[in-house]
Amino acid sequence: MIFGRTERGGPPVEPVTLKILVAGGFGAGKTTLVGAVSEIKPLRTEELLTEAGRPVDDTSGVEGKHTTTVAMDFGRITLREDLVLYLFGTPGQDRFWFLWDELATGALGAVVLADTRRLEDCFAAVDYFERRAIPFVVGVNCFDGAARHPVEDVRRALDLDSAVPVVLCDARARDSVKDVLIEVVRHAMAHAAERRHTVTG
Amino acid sequence: MSADGQGTPHWFDDEAGPVVRPYAMTRGRTSSPGQHRLDLIALVVAERYAEDREADQALSPEHVDIVELCRQAPQSVAELAAELDLPVGVVRVLVGDLVEDELVHVRRPVPPAELPDESILRDVISGLRAL
Repeated sequence: MIFGRTERGGPPVEPVTLKILVAGGFGAGKTTLVGAVSEIKPLRTEELLTEAGRPVDDTSGVEGKHTTTVAMDFGRITLREDLVLYLFGTPGQDRFWFLWDELATGALGAVVLADTRRLEDCFAAVDYFERRAIPFVVGVNCFDGAARHPVEDVRRALDLDSAVPVVLCDARARDSVKDVLIEVVRHAMAHAAERRHTVTG
Repeated sequence: MSADGQGTPHWFDDEAGPVVRPYAMTRGRTSSPGQHRLDLIALVVAERYAEDREADQALSPEHVDIVELCRQAPQSVAELAAELDLPVGVVRVLVGDLVEDELVHVRRPVPPAELPDESILRDVISGLRAL
């Protein structure tokens, strides 16, 4: 018998699960940020793609297509036995936008990690979340030796809405990352409140 | 890209990927009937009596691995994929089979827009602070 273990007491706790996305250019520190707060070593999940783009329902011909693997790194934070937060690093290449759609569906919010040496790398992510009205926070990752720019300069350079929080952070430091995530949740709450107001008012 | 039909013999190492094509484990299926696309954070929960029922079902080793992991604790689709080193799409199909066989059930995440109130988000903030 494969399942030799005895049944435990009550039914297992089925926690509420939430997700926050971590976007940003290649090398901006996405996986580092996830690793700084995750209780597990960031795991890697992979999606196989046919060259045509999406996995197809029709099974005929699948074997003839070339597949690409897209990796998404993620981490987990158990906030309470019944409340678990997942962090997902978004795949870097722009041609995987549809994977972003899948990740973004039902996401609480997002962090866009900005490296001020290559600020343009996060334009696409900012655009993406703006268009889909997903609440996001820009985290300016302060690497050692990276030129520090005032938050306002970053805001101007990214042409951000005044409501979008911009915070300086260190993707390696747990406390710093915690603050960024708290900011995302706060911003998501404000965002939701505003939406309710628009609907009812 | 095309390595097929080139006539040149190649040796492949692990970088070349698994020898068995992943979707062979799903018998070529890339989706399961009657299932919406499972979110990466959808939770897969083993049914309490999965143990008794498992015996008379024709399950692949991968199906059994999923049930085993979920019996220890509910697992998200993403965690199952990472843990078993299988593509997410394959895990979705296998989980669909197990749901059909009533060995597991799936708890879909509540989209934040449908949360009944803000209390969960407040709990997230206090949980993060307490880390």
